[in-house]
Amino acid sequence: MTKDLWKGNEAMAEAAIRAGVEAYFGYPITPQTELLEYMARELPKYPGRVFLQAESELAAVNMVYGAACSGVRSMSSSSSPGISLMSEGLSYIAGTEVPAVLVDVMRGGPGLGNIQPSQSDYFQMTKSLGHGDYHALVLAPATVQEAVDMTYESFALAEKYRTVVVILADGAIGQMMEPVELPPWRQPLTEAERPDWALRGANGRPNRVLTSLNLTAEGLEESNLRLQARLAEIQQHEVRWEEEMTDDADLVLVAFGTMGRICKSVLRTARRNGLKVGLLRPITLWPFPSERLHELAGQVQRLLVVEMNAGQMLLDVQAAAAGRAPVHFYGRMGGMVPLPDEVEEQIELLMREGTTRPYAAQSSANGKLPSLPTRVSHPVEGSRHDNITTY
Amino acid sequence: MARGTVVIDMNRCKGCELCTTVCPQQILQMATLYNARGYHPAVLVDPEERCTGCTLCAVICPDAVMTVYRLPAKTGKQAAVHTH
Amino acid sequence: MTTLPLTEFEVVYHRPDTLATITTHYCPGCTHGLIHRLIAEVIDELELRERTICVAPVGCAVFAYNYFNVDGCEAPHGRAPAMATGMKRCQPDKIVFTYQGDGDLAAIGTNEIIHAAGRGENLTVIFVNNATYGMTGGQMAPTTLVGQVTPSSPTGRDAHMVGLPMHVSEMISTLSGASYVVRRSVHNVANINKTKAAIKTAFRVQMEGLGLSMVEILSSCPTNWHMAPPDALQWIEDAMMPVFPLGDYKVTDAVMPLTKRR
Repeated sequence: MTKDLWKGNEAMAEAAIRAGVEAYFGYPITPQTELLEYMARELPKYPGRVFLQAESELAAVNMVYGAACSGVRSMSSSSSPGISLMSEGLSYIAGTEVPAVLVDVMRGGPGLGNIQPSQSDYFQMTKSLGHGDYHALVLAPATVQEAVDMTYESFALAEKYRTVVVILADGAIGQMMEPVELPPWRQPLTEAERPDWALRGANGRPNRVLTSLNLTAEGLEESNLRLQARLAEIQQHEVRWEEEMTDDADLVLVAFGTMGRICKSVLRTARRNGLKVGLLRPITLWPFPSERLHELAGQVQRLLVVEMNAGQMLLDVQAAAAGRAPVHFYGRMGGMVPLPDEVEEQIELLMREGTTRPYAAQSSANGKLPSLPTRVSHPVEGSRHDNITTY
Repeated sequence: MARGTVVIDMNRCKGCELCTTVCPQQILQMATLYNARGYHPAVLVDPEERCTGCTLCAVICPDAVMTVYRLPAKTGKQAAVHTH
Repeated sequence: MTTLPLTEFEVVYHRPDTLATITTHYCPGCTHGLIHRLIAEVIDELELRERTICVAPVGCAVFAYNYFNVDGCEAPHGRAPAMATGMKRCQPDKIVFTYQGDGDLAAIGTNEIIHAAGRGENLTVIFVNNATYGMTGGQMAPTTLVGQVTPSSPTGRDAHMVGLPMHVSEMISTLSGASYVVRRSVHNVANINKTKAAIKTAFRVQMEGLGLSMVEILSSCPTNWHMAPPDALQWIEDAMMPVFPLGDYKVTDAVMPLTKRR
């Protein structure tokens, strides 16, 4: 098969179309918007498929909810702030046990943050995607090819487990171009293939109802037990990770997505310098490869978690290691991407002194927290305002 | 001789009294007995058979407990259902 | 009771088939139940039951999907127009209607109804205005009247603090995609019949694919208004109608002939 050069966002859109997505609802937000634009151009070319730009991400996810209740293969995509707006709708989708796919191209946060690549939504996506006891199945691509394959496969996973499947990319993966091999075409569902719970009009059958409402405690517990059983199934069958050179490793790097990819070059340099370093790259962030990490923690001297955030997957690694090996952390925030030499420096530091040194802005090298920038753009006459911070 | 009548689903009525406010013949009252839900249901009291089957009670009933009947006119013309 | 056996009579009114046989949870005299009945009668008469989908709101009518023998679902608070949009666009041959209260549509869901109307979604919106958040205990809604005392406006709605009641039909009628927007009331039999006619027209607008149809219906809430059901209907006429004038706020030329049909 030939490989073509594709931009991440567009490749994911094309993969979804080839997977038979029938409805896409989205909203413009950098760094994800090319996915929406590709859907705007391409989706209407195929009969019966729907593209619509919604008035907000909140509306978009509820349009997905409506399409999903119709038994239609549907998806949305957004980035960090937009995903926050979607959390209520996602909870309803999970609570109603209907399938949906969501692409999240993470950006710098919190707040408006910036449009740089970041991994600071790890908790949001794996722990608190919305209210209630539920998890989405979260896949974290490190390359555009992986993003394509995951998007392609996500609809089948969502339908099999009747829940939300998230492709958790970041601005780098969404924006970069890489050679990609595209998956084969798959037709959307025919009327006969629609699930038996789909709302298609009670034609010659009793009417169906889809809701996440359960006013009795017994009733809601029962649906929660059903949900948890399905999540347990996902944990049993869908955990994925990648390992490199962990057999004889003293130190194992743990990093996902873009960071996992950067650590591969760290790995090669460290090995050339005679350091026995390995890598475990989680591919599903939920379910998390805890068992394997627990095993590894028993064979190595230490684990070094590297993330583009303040340390979030770190907690899952610590839980998995359960004290069997010290778990260290190095990360950059705000969209700064730790470069290979920075990570190598931390590895040498670890080997020498047994600790890493968190990145600290030069101006507060003396360890004091940098003071908040004064927001007064022009000095106010006659008032002493040195260092008075106004909000 | 009665030209119409109403059958009230006594156990589904919530005793809201709205039908008693619209009946032109004033032949709907609230019963003193309680129904299964603990309400005083509406009841047709029509000794002089004044009910014409005009359906106003059914139109205002929030719980659709009224089934309204009408004696077919001498010409046997079929009255359209739901006409008001 | 009449002396003649029932068999001599013919039925001139019976419970509509589309209305489920279970008793609703609505309070005695609450006109939500009545509006459900009108919708069910219209669906029966237009023979739409087997291709209609109901999108229920969050509010007293959250259980609306239990009361219609049609496929139904329930949208997050205020989001029914968006959910219905997703459903209708994927199933253009189906009849999709949302049933929403004033808290659902005029407060949290204004963005969704405005853009569904702006886009001209082929949906029917039944907007029940009873000037309160019924389910949660009668709090102030955007349509609560000035001076109306509620648990969240204990000294009466104060226009200086929270503005005047919101005129939704007037607002939605300014949007290009809204092709039939009317306000009706169910405070007496004559107006109930007009409301049913409006609902029927609204469904016909959707059947003909003429854009968004919305029927705002002034409705009662005896429990939270602390009134007996008949007094609550009177209050609609005396207090609400001067603030929310009944009438046709948008009837496009294409829709006009539909309003003439029975």
